[in-house]
Amino acid sequence: MAQILLRHREIPDINKLPVYKKNGGFAAFKNAVTKMKPAEVTEVVKNSGLRGRGGAGFPTGMKWSFIDNKNWPHYVVANADESEPGTFKDREIMEGNPFQFLEGVAIASYAVGANVAYVYLRGEFWELAASLDEKIAEMEEAGYLGDKLFGTNYSLRMYTHLGAGAYICGEETALLESLEGKRGQPRVRPPFPPAVGLYGKPTVINNVETFANVPMILANGAEWYKTMGTADSAGVKIFSLSGRVRKPGNYELPFGTTFRDLIYKHGGGVQDSRTVKAIMPAGASSSLILVDNDKILDTPMDYATVRTLGADLGSASVIVVDDTVPMDWLVNKTVHFFKHESCGKCTPCREGTYWMSHLTERIHGGHGSKADVDLLLNVAKQMQGKCLCALGEFSTMAVVSGIERFRQDFDHAVKA
Amino acid sequence: MSLAKKYPKEVKQILSKYPPEGKRSAVMPLLFLAQREEGYINKSAMQDIAEMLDITETEVAAVVGFYTLYHDKKEGKYRIQVCTDLPCALRGAEKFMDDLCANLGIKVGDTTPDGAVTLEAVTCLAACDKAPMFQTQGPDGIKYHENMTVDKTMELIRTLKNAVGETK
Repeated sequence: MAQILLRHREIPDINKLPVYKKNGGFAAFKNAVTKMKPAEVTEVVKNSGLRGRGGAGFPTGMKWSFIDNKNWPHYVVANADESEPGTFKDREIMEGNPFQFLEGVAIASYAVGANVAYVYLRGEFWELAASLDEKIAEMEEAGYLGDKLFGTNYSLRMYTHLGAGAYICGEETALLESLEGKRGQPRVRPPFPPAVGLYGKPTVINNVETFANVPMILANGAEWYKTMGTADSAGVKIFSLSGRVRKPGNYELPFGTTFRDLIYKHGGGVQDSRTVKAIMPAGASSSLILVDNDKILDTPMDYATVRTLGADLGSASVIVVDDTVPMDWLVNKTVHFFKHESCGKCTPCREGTYWMSHLTERIHGGHGSKADVDLLLNVAKQMQGKCLCALGEFSTMAVVSGIERFRQDFDHAVKA
Repeated sequence: MSLAKKYPKEVKQILSKYPPEGKRSAVMPLLFLAQREEGYINKSAMQDIAEMLDITETEVAAVVGFYTLYHDKKEGKYRIQVCTDLPCALRGAEKFMDDLCANLGIKVGDTTPDGAVTLEAVTCLAACDKAPMFQTQGPDGIKYHENMTVDKTMELIRTLKNAVGETK
């Protein structure tokens, strides 16, 4: 199947403006600005079934339609903070096919009436930000950004903004705080950003991959997009495959592709021909899927079906764990990550991740008891449903599913 | 010397990105600018930025303290920040780090005696398929180094040490 997002793998130099233009680039944006009303653009995206690719899977067109038209100006912000352990797809899009992403941001800006858009990149994407700055300058020169675009009254400017190393800034309201020059701590919601966002103004925030889909949907139509994927999860998704596989990397596939196809057909199978013990389909924020029978691998990867395995598809960063990996080690890893990244604003997360890390360290270090394992499970469950944002919730996923589904690994660790 | 005097072009360009009511947004790019030369941000730079943006020095310091890529004390001229997070660890990052420490004769968090390189363990850098990997943070910004071996890394470190030696 032809690639829709990772088109640079098939079209050399599509990261250069003339090549992108030759392959239909910016025709969708021009058509939208000159021939469509903003609401019509939103309607097409809504009808396509496109859902947010950052992890939450919220319907994109619906998000755009929530923008408050009684409060101006409006902003569009691209979330390029890509920091979930196991996720590395947005980086490839922005490096390989940057104009398609930027055109998506431009189309979204027109659809919600924003004249300024920001691309918020994690600070580590330093070189990438410099390259996007060049692309944005080229777009200005070519008349795709600036005043009175294509002879209309619509104006748009775009800027990059670098974060400085904080996972929490991927959470959209923490991102806004950070973009406003503050510590990246989540806001209490509601109000949601389409009502009160950047500088207190209505703001639409989407993930890089979400934006990259938009020009193709506008160019080919909502019906075309829905021919791919499943009824619940339309279109294609970039699966970031990592962990114990022979060929880790990004794979653009329709929703509904099975774990088996991803891991064995595309990923070349498990290293050293070991067997799959667990799968984390949404990076470190995942519940651990127990792979205790072969049929699990035949599960189609879409939002609804993955949920039947007691996990979420999230950003589809699939980490493969083989039978050599002890779960007490793995959970110690994820808990340390979340403890490090907890922003400290709400007590359940700040204190919970701190105490969980003490317990996982003790258990994995061989100094724990069975009571410590029970206490760890208890702390994690006490945190659930009480945190200000999803980070706190995410920190408990591997802990609870790890202990409940792989208890023997923990018992073994405390017995030794 | 104030940032505006030292880097007039950069400061102007940074401030032009944000609307007047969002002037404070410039704090992060200005901090990167302040950190460029010495690899850390001192108190007078924080005062300077606070004045420029009409915010308090505490508000600037709070930003410095919150984000891991800002540093408020002098360490190595270059920082080697190795990802040892779960996906990289599943692909050998922990062993890579141990071997690197042994070769350098320092521990994680330490700086080489010549002040050239600080070795740090960091969380996910979005390069999970190219482990072992690390980034270098130094005067020339942040650069990724992927699919690394200890030998290749030691070679890079020699280059960095030479560069630091020459500027001394």
